[in-house]
Amino acid sequence: MTAQVDSGAISTAPRIAAIRIPSVRIFLLEARMEFLRLLRTPSFSVPILVFPLMFYLLFGIFLGSRYGGASAGRHLLANFTVFGVMAPGLLGVGVTLAMDRDRGLLELKRALPMPPGIYLAAKLTMSMVFAGIVSILVMVLAAVLGQVVLPLIQWGMLFVLAVFGVLPFSALGLLVGTLAKGQAAPAVINLIYLPMSFLSGLWMPLQLLPHVIAQLAPLWPAYHLVQLAQSVVGAPERSGVGAHLLALGGMAAVFFIAARRGLGRFS
Amino acid sequence: MNSTKSPAAMLEGVVKRYGANTALDGINLGIERGKVTALLGPNGAGKSTAISLLLGLSLPDAGRVEIFGESPRRLSTRQRIGVMLQSATLPETLRVGELLLLTSSYYPQARPLDALAGLAGIGEFLNRPYGKLSGGQQRRVQFALAICGAPELLFLDEPTTGLDIEARESLWTIVRTLVGEGCAVLLTTHYLEEAEALADRVAVLMRGHIVTEGTVDEIRAQGVCRRIRCISRLPADQVRQWPGVSKAARQDHWLDVETRTAEPVVRRLLDEDPCLAELEVRRAGLAEAFVQITKEAV
Repeated sequence: MTAQVDSGAISTAPRIAAIRIPSVRIFLLEARMEFLRLLRTPSFSVPILVFPLMFYLLFGIFLGSRYGGASAGRHLLANFTVFGVMAPGLLGVGVTLAMDRDRGLLELKRALPMPPGIYLAAKLTMSMVFAGIVSILVMVLAAVLGQVVLPLIQWGMLFVLAVFGVLPFSALGLLVGTLAKGQAAPAVINLIYLPMSFLSGLWMPLQLLPHVIAQLAPLWPAYHLVQLAQSVVGAPERSGVGAHLLALGGMAAVFFIAARRGLGRFS
Repeated sequence: MNSTKSPAAMLEGVVKRYGANTALDGINLGIERGKVTALLGPNGAGKSTAISLLLGLSLPDAGRVEIFGESPRRLSTRQRIGVMLQSATLPETLRVGELLLLTSSYYPQARPLDALAGLAGIGEFLNRPYGKLSGGQQRRVQFALAICGAPELLFLDEPTTGLDIEARESLWTIVRTLVGEGCAVLLTTHYLEEAEALADRVAVLMRGHIVTEGTVDEIRAQGVCRRIRCISRLPADQVRQWPGVSKAARQDHWLDVETRTAEPVVRRLLDEDPCLAELEVRRAGLAEAFVQITKEAV
């Protein structure tokens, strides 16, 4: 039995139709607040904005440039861009969702007259904005300190890849945030984030790792994103761009659908 | 049905189970317009379940849940309600003004921000992050968020926990003003004096059943009616035998007597103890009635 009741025929109570408020305004405000909220929380903004830059500076620029030439510099730029893009999706979306659930904020939001879908759309948008910012910061470091030289179109494509490439990780974050308890979520997320970046060849080339790791790499979304990033900066790709795009899109869709079903469980 | 007489919200024959546990076992409850209805009950009685159903956060296993004659899950219904949930923690790094701006954006006829801040008494900390506020200030912000959409039905879940007496009184005053304007309020509270001060109607929920419902006066009348206190040398054991006396106890030189009707007992006390002093007769409050009702219902 549902709570939905057709009382229109019996009741003479005036039916006040939903007054349409432009959903766009609500969405923009919601996304802006979600962004500000994370930016002002050091336990999010530091791992999202500072760690990737710090690691890139240490391993990509000071150590990396010493041992490689221009192609190594581009290779490291692609790797660390992908590393930086993973955090806003996994941490920014996953951990905040688990927290919102844990602290009753999600329940309150669901009781409020917020049009359906806006909550999730705002979280995804926030992760895209962060991914865009991280990628710009990494690219600035690469150009200024890493002596990476690329045509403008390639910088632009790397930026676009970062902004959209965060989505599979945001969807995975949604799924983990739906399943994990609030306090456990950061641990679970880090157990995905760091091993996945290693297993996808972000820290060490897959050729140097055991063969089985290279074979399993196509299972991880980060592997496909880094392959795309490599092909954007001009390194030879292993398999076609289309296959990687398809893999990322498919993974994002599966995570997203599973997360939506998981969230429905709470109703 | 007349639109002014039909209740703002109602539960009709509502059953809600969680696995083998029946949280609500066929309850009926109406929340009238322009009135404060208090839902009382010990922890685990089913209050949260009832609120969750009324807010459309869960569906009943049987029965009907209606708000303004509609499903509580409709956006148009939700635009007419305001919610203050005890369990919700708002984002700590957002400023109060930002939280108000965001929540107001959900409502078609939101109150102007300045008026709202003045009404809820939060004008001086609009620019402060929510997490930097004291518990009482946070409650006031949550209350402001609940009323920002000028709701016709307001859910207040433990609204004054952590508030000092002055802040509590001022919140009560706002609630009374809103109710005077026709707003319906569902109040759950652990402070029975709060229910006594605000509520027009009280429903007591116990183990998934509404064990009693009525006006505050009606509920009070169900409890022990009068408490008599005086300095007397009469032995408590003897007074306890008198007709109409349910309890008598001595505390130093004070004698405490509970009875349904005070007058005959007072007359006899004065007759039998000419030295009796400091006589005091008090009507039992909602708190005492509540304790008795919940004890009897077990």
